[in-house]
Amino acid sequence: MSKPLISVRGLTKKFGDFTAVDGIDFDVAKGESFGLLGPNGAGKSTTMRILAATSTRTSGTVEILDKDPELFGPLVRAHLGVVPQQDNLDNELTVSENLFIYGRYFGLSKKFIKNKIEELLEFAQLEEKRDVKVEALSGGMKRRLTIARGLVSEPDILLLDEPTTGLDPQARHILWDRLFRLKEQGVTLVLTTHFMDEAEQLCDRLVVMDKGAIMAEGSPAGLIKQYSSKEVLEVRFGSDRNKEVAPQLATMCERMETLPDRLLMYTEDGEALLEKITHAGMHATTSLVRRSSLEDVFLRLTGRTLIE
Amino acid sequence: MRTAVEIAESRKSSAMYAGRSHVLLERGWLAFRSSTWIPVVTGFLEPVLFLLAFGYGMGTLIGDVTTGTTTMDYTLFIAPGLLANSAMNGAIYDSTWNVFWKLNESKLYKTMLSTPLGPLDIALGEITWALIRGLVYSLGFLTVVTALGLTPSFWAILAIPAASLVAFGFASFGMAITSFFKTYQQMGFINFVLLPMTLFSGSLYPISVYPDWLERIIMALPLWHGIEMVRAFWFGNITSGVLVHIAYFLVMIATGLFVTSRRLRALFLR
Repeated sequence: MSKPLISVRGLTKKFGDFTAVDGIDFDVAKGESFGLLGPNGAGKSTTMRILAATSTRTSGTVEILDKDPELFGPLVRAHLGVVPQQDNLDNELTVSENLFIYGRYFGLSKKFIKNKIEELLEFAQLEEKRDVKVEALSGGMKRRLTIARGLVSEPDILLLDEPTTGLDPQARHILWDRLFRLKEQGVTLVLTTHFMDEAEQLCDRLVVMDKGAIMAEGSPAGLIKQYSSKEVLEVRFGSDRNKEVAPQLATMCERMETLPDRLLMYTEDGEALLEKITHAGMHATTSLVRRSSLEDVFLRLTGRTLIE
Repeated sequence: MRTAVEIAESRKSSAMYAGRSHVLLERGWLAFRSSTWIPVVTGFLEPVLFLLAFGYGMGTLIGDVTTGTTTMDYTLFIAPGLLANSAMNGAIYDSTWNVFWKLNESKLYKTMLSTPLGPLDIALGEITWALIRGLVYSLGFLTVVTALGLTPSFWAILAIPAASLVAFGFASFGMAITSFFKTYQQMGFINFVLLPMTLFSGSLYPISVYPDWLERIIMALPLWHGIEMVRAFWFGNITSGVLVHIAYFLVMIATGLFVTSRRLRALFLR
């Protein structure tokens, strides 16, 4: 295997007494799409800022293309495209001016950027908005522009912090499609998310983070296989009865999680389990059989749900 | 075609400076082209209105002013002081409120620092932009004054480089102070200092009218040095005292640049 583009060992970041990132290790290979999955406050964004060479670390080592971002900030940042959690677009400028001036920050020639803008406007589906001030764009358009902006310098690595947070479902799907195209083109993506469906869609490999530490690492399918069963049966008996029937149900499946509003039963065959429950004389108010997801992995690892 | 990485490597850039502060001017120009002209015009008009109100209004009551050994018409006396004021106003406008906005609301500097630009690029670029506005204001004021026949000689043109130094000093210092402010209330503090300084620094009358202790306080403030420096070039009355004024502004510029770039690093690269 060739040398990784990003190599992180024992990375720790403290803010006073609070440890935001607690000794994490991971590598990202060229062309890989790598995710940091975890709830708010897990330390994902702090990790991202350190990778982006815009934050210092308390201890540990970080190498991005063999360089320490703390010592070679500007040089490391020249390799990166950054899509921050807040778009932070230049509201005083138009769509195409935003792309133009961002390229100038990298020192790129005006001629190069002008050609690049055409390509990026098409990529971001913003050709018709090129002379519009960014204030007038919708949330999804702003997000696409921010991604396009991150690509002006043709970066080796694109860092995306919560790329679809705050977007409506349609805008999210458009964005996923765009990111998927980048992945196909071989751009190395590193993204944070607290949406398990996003992680499943976009990541080749991911780490599950909680309270500054890495709880597990693997491909989405691999993690599900390792930490969960094939299927999940979700049953509701009404908020009072859930607790009553829980002990009996627990004996009927491999593992069970009791949430405030429903019971999650882990099994290889959800339909068969549901039948078994009905035979035993218990009638669920609602039931749903689904495939296991990363949400279930997170629940297994931390005892909590991703979005609380 | 050179890539972003090749450019960064060829620069041997440090963590603080990528040698690319001119892109801040490009950005300033792009934003300025489409912005409203009203604040620009009012900023320029302020010293002109002072000149008209005090020079032609109060001036008719006052008559002549005597400083040291020379006596002159009041309007003629206040013109160079107001030129220095004008340079200050232009520089302050961009380096305080506009900088505050970019620091705390639009997060423009945060965005810039996620590219290979360094904090010193931003400080130098923004301060230069503010300095240019100060220079434009003072050129505008000079034009008005010349049209009114208040320019003593052709040499008054030398007051323009002096006014640029004043603008540079205030731009640099203004941005440094603004980088510490987080709220609009704190920003109000700047106006609280500027107004009395403008009124009492000797643009409208010689500070020799003050008691000794007040005169010393005023002589410690930057605007007095600016007014005296511009006035010295304006009347071609250049003495060794001018060097002190120049040194005062050079220190102000250096301090402002140093503090601003440190603050930007502390705010966005920690």
